[in-house]
Amino acid sequence: MSGIELLNWARGPGLQIAGAVFVIGVIVRLAAILLLGRKTDLSRPREGAMWPGLRTVLTRSIPDAGTFRRSPLVFIAGYVFHLGFLLTLLFYAPHILLLKSVTGLEWPGLPVSLIDVLAVLSITALVALFINRLIDPVRRHLSRCGDWLALLVTVLPLVTGYLALNRMLLPYTDMLAWHILSVELLLVVFPFSKLMHTFSFVLARWYNGAIAGRKGVQV
Amino acid sequence: MSGKLERGLNTLKAQIDAPMAAFFSSCVHCGVCAHACLFYTETGDPKYTPIYKLEPMRRVWQQEYSFWGKLARALGLSKPVTDQELADWEELVYDSCTLCGRCSLVCPVGNDITYMIRRMREGMVAAGHAPKGLKQVTVRTVEIGSPMGITPETLRKQAAHAEQDAGLPVPLDVAGADYLLLLSANETMVFTDTLPALTRIFHQAGVSWTLSSEAYEATNAGIQIGSSDIAAELVQRIVSAAEKLKVKYVISPECGHAYTALRWEGPNLIGRPYPFEVIHVAELLDQLRAEGRLKLDSRETGRLSFHDPCQMVRRGGVIEQPRRLLDQVAEDFVEMPDAGIHNWCCGGGGGVSANERAVPLRRRAFHRKKEQLDGLQLTTLVTSCANCRDMLEDGLEYYDMDIEVKGLADLLAEHLAESEPGAQGGEQS
Ligand code: SF4
Ligand code: SF4
Repeated sequence: MSGIELLNWARGPGLQIAGAVFVIGVIVRLAAILLLGRKTDLSRPREGAMWPGLRTVLTRSIPDAGTFRRSPLVFIAGYVFHLGFLLTLLFYAPHILLLKSVTGLEWPGLPVSLIDVLAVLSITALVALFINRLIDPVRRHLSRCGDWLALLVTVLPLVTGYLALNRMLLPYTDMLAWHILSVELLLVVFPFSKLMHTFSFVLARWYNGAIAGRKGVQV
Repeated sequence: MSGKLERGLNTLKAQIDAPMAAFFSSCVHCGVCAHACLFYTETGDPKYTPIYKLEPMRRVWQQEYSFWGKLARALGLSKPVTDQELADWEELVYDSCTLCGRCSLVCPVGNDITYMIRRMREGMVAAGHAPKGLKQVTVRTVEIGSPMGITPETLRKQAAHAEQDAGLPVPLDVAGADYLLLLSANETMVFTDTLPALTRIFHQAGVSWTLSSEAYEATNAGIQIGSSDIAAELVQRIVSAAEKLKVKYVISPECGHAYTALRWEGPNLIGRPYPFEVIHVAELLDQLRAEGRLKLDSRETGRLSFHDPCQMVRRGGVIEQPRRLLDQVAEDFVEMPDAGIHNWCCGGGGGVSANERAVPLRRRAFHRKKEQLDGLQLTTLVTSCANCRDMLEDGLEYYDMDIEVKGLADLLAEHLAESEPGAQGGEQS
C-alpha cells in the first residue's frame, strides 16, 4: 500500500470504523454504569444532592493546597498534558475542519506555532508521567498493562501529529496517514480502557459530591 | 469453590452499583489518594494506597461487568478471586482503613473510595474474612446488646451513679419524652462523666429526655465490620424503642460511627424512613446555645483545639456546631492544620480500635496526629467522639505528649452556670 492509499483508507473507512467503535463503545459503557442504578437514599437529607454533585464536578479539578503539595508532579504534568492535548485537538485548523464536517460547528483556531509548542509540552508531560510511573513507588505499585497501553495510545497521536506538522522523519502523506491511524487506535482502545475516565469522571465526581452534599458536606 | 467464598464473591458483585462502577471505571491509577491516607503517609508502604485496598473487588467488577472480563469469562480464561486473596486483603480492608473518608476528598476523578471500602467489607464478612477482634465485638453487640457487654442492669447502675454525680434524676424509659438519649459503650463504662454532664445540661435547658433500657447502645458493630444485616438489626432495636417511647428525636451521642449508622445508613438499612429525627448531641447543644438555653458562666483558660471526628464532620456534616460551642468556653482556641473536613483521623475509627492486631499500625499512623499537634502547645484537646477520645489518649501517651483530652459535653458541663431550669419546656421527666 502506498502512502496515499494508506492515507485514503485511514481518512475514509478507517476513521468511520474507529469513530463508530468509539461512539458506540462510550455510550454502551456509560449506559452500563448508569443502568446498575443505586438505591434511593431514605435518610433525611440536610441539603439537596444535585447542586453539590455538580459543584464537585467542577471544583474537583483544582486540588486543595495540601493535596497539591503532596503530589505536585502528577498535578502539574496532568494539567499540562490534558490542556495541551485538548487545545491541539480542538484548536488546530485542520482538526477544526474535520470536526466541522462531523458536527457542522466551526470556531477559530490557534496559530500553528502555538499548536507546535502545545504538542511538545503535552508530550513532555506524558513522558514525565511515564517516568514517574516507573519510579514512584505508589504509582508503580498501582500500574498494570492498561496504564502503559493508555500512555502509549495517547502519546502516539501527539508524536505523529508533531512529526507530520514539522515534516520530519517520513514524507508528509505517510506521516499524516500514521497520525490518523494512531488516532484511530486511540479511538478503538478508548471505550475498553481507563481512557473512559474522560467521560466517567463526571459521574464519579457527581456521585461523590451528591452523596456528601446531602449530608451537608461540600467535597 | 467453598460456600463461604462463593457467598463472599456474590456479595461483592451485588455491592457494585452505579457509583461503584463509575468509580472503578474512572480510576487512573494516579496514586494521589495514597497521600491522603494516614496509613500510607506514616508508613510509606504503597500497599496502603486507598484504591489498592479494593483490588480484589476491582477484579470482581472487571470480570463481571467489563467487556474484556466478560469475554475472558466466556472463554474460560479468567481467574476468579481466591479465598487466599481475600484473606491477604483482610489487613488492608480492616486494619489499615478507618473509613475516615479523607481519600474521598482528594481523588482527582472524584472517587468516593471510602464508600467503596465500606461496600467491600460486606463481601469480606460474607466470605468470613474479618478481624477476630471485630467479630467478637459484633457477636457481643448482637447477643448482649453492647460491644462491651453492657446489660440493661449495668445501664441502670450507671444511671444511678450519674444521678448521684449530677444530683438530678436520670429519666429512664419515660414514654412521651421529646428526646431519647443513646450512649456509646465507652461513655457508659469509661467516660462516665458524660451522662451526668448531659443530665445537668438538659436539666438546665429544660430538655425533656429519657434513656431507654431497651436501646441504650449507639455503637453499631455491624457498620464497622460491614454487615448490613447485623447493622440493620442493631438500628432496628433503637427504632423500636424510640417508637415505643414515642419520642420526637433520637440523640446520637458523641460517637462518630454511631452517627453514620443511625443518621445516614439507618433508614436505608431498615428499609424505611424514621418517624422521628436523629440529632447529633453537638447539634442539639448548639441549638440550645442558639436559643439561649445553654447558660455558661466561666471559661477555659488553657489553650484548646478541636479534633474533628471523621464520621461526625467529614462524613456526617456536623462541622461548625462544636466550634460555635467551644467559642463559648474557650479563651484560647486554636485550629490545628487541616482542621475541619480535611482533618486527619485518630487512627482508630471504622472498627480499627476493636482490632487488637492493628494496635502497632494504628499507633504508627497516629504519628500524623502528633505532627498536626506539634507546635500548637495545647493544654487540652477537645473532641466529640468517645472512640476518638480513647484513641487520642492512647496515642498521646504512646508519643509521650502531655495534652489532656476532653469530651465536648463534659467540657461544657464544667462551665455550666448554676441556675434554675430554663423557662422553655421545663422538666417533664
Ligand atoms: S486518587 Fe483516584 S484516580 Fe488516583 S489512584 Fe486513587 S482512586 Fe485512582
Ligand atoms: S478512608 Fe481513610 S483510612 Fe481508609 S483508605 Fe481512605 S484515607 Fe485511608
